[in-house]
Amino acid sequence: MTLEQSERASQVPPSGIRRFFEIAEERDDVISLGVGEPDFSTPWAARDAAIASLERGQTSYTANRGMRKLREAIADYVERFDLSYDPDDEILVTTGASEAVDLAFRAFVDPGDTVAIPQPSYLSYEPGVGLAGGEVLPVQTTEDDEFRLTRDGLEAAGAADADVLVLCYPNNPTGAIMTEANLEPIADFAREHDLTVFSDEIYAELTYEGSHASIAAFEGMQERTIVFNGFSKAHAMTGLRLGYALGPAEGIDAMNRIHQYTMLSAPTTAQHAALEALASCEGDVREMVDQYDRRRRFVLSRFEELGMPCFEAKGAFYVFPKVPTEWDCEAFAEELLREEGVAVVPGDVFGAGGNGHLRVSYATGLEDLREALARIESFVTEHA
Amino acid sequence: MSEREVLELLRENARYSTADIARMTDLSESEVEAAIEDLEAAGVVRGYQAVVDWDKLEDERVRAEVELNVTLDRETGYADIAARLARFPQVTALRLVSGDYDFDMEVEGDSIREVSQFVSEKVAPVPEITQTVTHYVMTSYKENGIELGDGDDDDRLSYSL
Repeated sequence: MTLEQSERASQVPPSGIRRFFEIAEERDDVISLGVGEPDFSTPWAARDAAIASLERGQTSYTANRGMRKLREAIADYVERFDLSYDPDDEILVTTGASEAVDLAFRAFVDPGDTVAIPQPSYLSYEPGVGLAGGEVLPVQTTEDDEFRLTRDGLEAAGAADADVLVLCYPNNPTGAIMTEANLEPIADFAREHDLTVFSDEIYAELTYEGSHASIAAFEGMQERTIVFNGFSKAHAMTGLRLGYALGPAEGIDAMNRIHQYTMLSAPTTAQHAALEALASCEGDVREMVDQYDRRRRFVLSRFEELGMPCFEAKGAFYVFPKVPTEWDCEAFAEELLREEGVAVVPGDVFGAGGNGHLRVSYATGLEDLREALARIESFVTEHA
Repeated sequence: MSEREVLELLRENARYSTADIARMTDLSESEVEAAIEDLEAAGVVRGYQAVVDWDKLEDERVRAEVELNVTLDRETGYADIAARLARFPQVTALRLVSGDYDFDMEVEGDSIREVSQFVSEKVAPVPEITQTVTHYVMTSYKENGIELGDGDDDDRLSYSL
């Protein structure tokens, strides 16, 4: 017999980068700028706390919503973004921010609902909408606007009639950020048209100009917004799988009802690491952010020097240069990998709006960045 | 403030080119050069040296941490004793410290015998020095902020979204 996939599962597309993996496997000198996770290890104090929790035998489930102490620490932590949430019933600790994203689509999207998603954008939202039976409404952002979402863009896409609006700033893949002033008209739009907002702020800490602003901090927005955040990027904890959702009590309750059956609780060891990360790893985070910022400037300067213009990305750990006009971004990324052994992700993987661009991650040591950019330079020169 | 930024980068890797430092900061190359010159002229930056893992070399290199206790009198202060000791090329570091002893002195030589002789013949006889305790370095795990282990391999997937 054959296992017959559900219709919903068969609609989930395979990853757009699988074939690149296979090419990369063939070489042993690949420098990867295709990675969406920090090159740093989790700060030692957090790892040490996780180890100590294992030594103490703390290996049982925690409360569904996460350890009370951790929720309290998260509530304190997010105050820096002008956010105020009650650890009792407005915070849910999840298995990575990814779980929080999945829960939100399941909890708030009905079949036929429309979910507006700015493009280009991180890839997990569309399948999430699809699995919930919703419809994706792409909202284009452009390089002219530094890939920021604008009110004009929302109106042009017809987002006024949408049910949910997804935000992801600082943005993967573009590195774009939204300042408080940029967010204000978006918040107005959401209130006027009664949109629920999912704000994925996983890269919040990696903001290199000004400080991160959350849309949930605007008047009248907290009650209609679910914020996703976590420890993967800022605290270099991707493999520990720990994130959280912030939202109004009834919304978090809906997500928790699904979470209690599908996940029970987020990994206990990771929760202990996260608690320590918030308690004592601020310095480690600042050090990592400083390093990223230097690399960001380095990479932006190099792309400019080698003639691939690149808007100034101010967040996350990506820059989003344009490929030379005669190139298609998929072909460029593939040839660059085959000829020079440099891995980058073609922008169209992140939606049509990313066409003509590359996502270049600078979550890689400076020596490798220097070498990779030299290889890109010789590639561009050779094909000019 | 830009000097501070340049200093941090030099502390991270003194071989960064001025062009790379300029790229990583918002400074021009000539501003970076000027900042480095200022740091050197002001005596903030005293030198540039390689960080060596001696265990990786076949030649033996003996290093010792020596605790020194001293007595002072009206004519002789810590600085006088320090000046006398610091002139010996065998002494690679010398610091006045708080606690059970006065000076923390690092000594290098080609053999245990050489280092022992230096301590017993040149350091111990100094009249103000009342006691020396020599600790030979057996293995070094971290030098100048750099871990000397084999390092962690980058085990990340080459692509992740």
